Amino acid sequence: MNRIHTLFNKKKDRVLSIYFTAGFPRLEDTLSIMEAIESAGADIIEIGVPYSDPIADGPTIQDSNQIALENGMSLKKLFSQLEGFRDKVQLPVVLMGYLNPIIQYGMEDFCAKCESLGIDGLILPDLPMQQYLDEFKGIFEKHGLSNTFLISPQTSESRIREIDQHSDGFIYMVSSHSITGAKSGISEEQIAYFQRVKEMKLKNPRLIGFGISDADSFQTASEYSNGAIIGSAFIKILKESKNLKTDIKKYIQSVIQ
Amino acid sequence: MIRVDEKGFYGKFGGAYIPEMLHPNIEELKDNYEQIIATEEFQDQFRSLLKDYVGRPTPLYFASRLSEKYAAKIYLKREDLCHTGAHKVNNTIGQIILAKKLGKKRIIAETGAGQHGVATATVCALMGMDCTVYMGELDIQRQRPNVERMKILGATVVPATSGSKTLKDATNEAMRQWINNPVDTHYIIGSVVGPHPYPEMVARFQSVISEEIKSQLLEKEGRENPDLVIACVGGGSNAAGAFYHYYNTPEVRLIAAEAAGLGVSSGKSAATTALGTMGILHGSKTLLMQTDDGQVVEPHSISAGLDYPGIGPVHAHLFDSGRGEFVAVEDEDAMKAGIELSRLEGIIPAIESAHAFHALNMISFKKDDVIVINLSGRGDKDLDTYIKWGGY
Ligand SMILES: Cc1ncc(COP(=O)(O)O)c(C=O)c1O
Repeated sequence: MNRIHTLFNKKKDRVLSIYFTAGFPRLEDTLSIMEAIESAGADIIEIGVPYSDPIADGPTIQDSNQIALENGMSLKKLFSQLEGFRDKVQLPVVLMGYLNPIIQYGMEDFCAKCESLGIDGLILPDLPMQQYLDEFKGIFEKHGLSNTFLISPQTSESRIREIDQHSDGFIYMVSSHSITGAKSGISEEQIAYFQRVKEMKLKNPRLIGFGISDADSFQTASEYSNGAIIGSAFIKILKESKNLKTDIKKYIQSVIQ
Repeated sequence: MIRVDEKGFYGKFGGAYIPEMLHPNIEELKDNYEQIIATEEFQDQFRSLLKDYVGRPTPLYFASRLSEKYAAKIYLKREDLCHTGAHKVNNTIGQIILAKKLGKKRIIAETGAGQHGVATATVCALMGMDCTVYMGELDIQRQRPNVERMKILGATVVPATSGSKTLKDATNEAMRQWINNPVDTHYIIGSVVGPHPYPEMVARFQSVISEEIKSQLLEKEGRENPDLVIACVGGGSNAAGAFYHYYNTPEVRLIAAEAAGLGVSSGKSAATTALGTMGILHGSKTLLMQTDDGQVVEPHSISAGLDYPGIGPVHAHLFDSGRGEFVAVEDEDAMKAGIELSRLEGIIPAIESAHAFHALNMISFKKDDVIVINLSGRGDKDLDTYIKWGGY
């Protein structure tokens, strides 16, 4: 049982997960952003490990990745910043990152480090289910890390069932055919997809992400799932902010209402 | 044995490391392509277009003055004489027929030198399909004639403005756009890179090169097997095509020429096997130029088509297993080799292909060895670079 399981046992709806890129806007902002997300009332913190070639991300997150790398962020640096963070932050924390930097670090070492720091789960968008099962499942489980898979409007029903079978924590529902930050507003077609998946009565909770940006879209997503993930819209707030703490609080509270 | 296994691996390299959003597309391709290309209907159409439209078989030309200079029997496989000026069209013909059979309406592609972009725009015009090509901003500047050609052919050219603004970034952008348009769009990858089944599929379409070399050499030399085959490697499609039917014939030496840029240790290089380590790029596990932290390093080569930080998984395996011999050719030497071929044989090669010719100075071979060099493309697109370099 990690903090993700505990959260979903208590809270079944309007769960809000906030994504930010480690090292953005400034190298040393990581911990203060995490604390601000927690005190503003969000439920999950998703920390992005920056990568030079984020193929599932749109311009906003591409930018934050590039700036974070220019600022000197790396996986090692991030781990050193997270040393002792559990004294200050209680929310479930998930790392989101592309596979290559993690493989260079070494999957076993990476997972052991996550466990020792108090990280609860991983989202690795370019790790396909089969590779996970073949190579990494045992390592994740040994270190108590939940693995979150993505599904999209194109994912077949049988594959969703399979993903549900092998997920632990929550399922990340990509809201449309898109990379991050590409679209705004929620269409009829998307609603039909949300409804279709809702009716499948999966064993794992579902969070809807990509294109969620405000109270309205958060509300709509929550009607069809257990909540939502906000990424690009939050990065935009960070980018424009002169005072991170106040702006993070103001933004998250405007979404939760 | 050099062969792809059913999970898409060549030895340790390959696979399909892709976001779930692309899973249905990759599955669709994987489940259908072998069956479709095995049909008589596909083969008839593919073969007849290669013959009457592309101009195949391309000649295997005995280069007598070059042979004299290097004391070997050197043959040039004239892919530069293909319609559109490079080998790239062999693959785009195959993939466009496949895309039609899969019911796709739109084509997207990445391009470096613009040869693959032109070859894609060409077949899209031929088949009446909508075409968008992603190209790094830097490459748009240095391969301007090809940008104009794509536009004349009716394609939309979209600049990739992230990272090094070259082939890697154009490929990222094409993958993102495929995620955005997964249903009606086929992505024509231009080399033996990307997630399985692309590397093997592209190699199969390009394998017509070594298929022809075999029968042409038999006619000219009374033997199917040369002593050496030399090709340049960016992602590795012309090399894969030239090597394909020789992979499992160990007496044929396979020489791959990578781009060393300003020098392997200059920090401005694209010599992947010399500088790379195992990693994941564009959906496959392969050798890759990267930092200790796993960030992809921005490559450099004077030739846009070789300016790529990775290499197709089959080539990573050729390198790793010792089956292939890899050399790293610097910008300067490639340019000199391009001029040498121009002056000795009256053929101005693409700067990519010129890298393969310099390999003659870097490897040892016996007097009168039969050597086939894959002349992957013509130099028309590179005149600006030649002129700037040589002050002509
Ligand atoms: C003439 C020519 N040769 C070689 C290449 C490199 O590609 P590959 O390594 O896939 O053959 C290119 C790429 O644009 C090219 O235009």
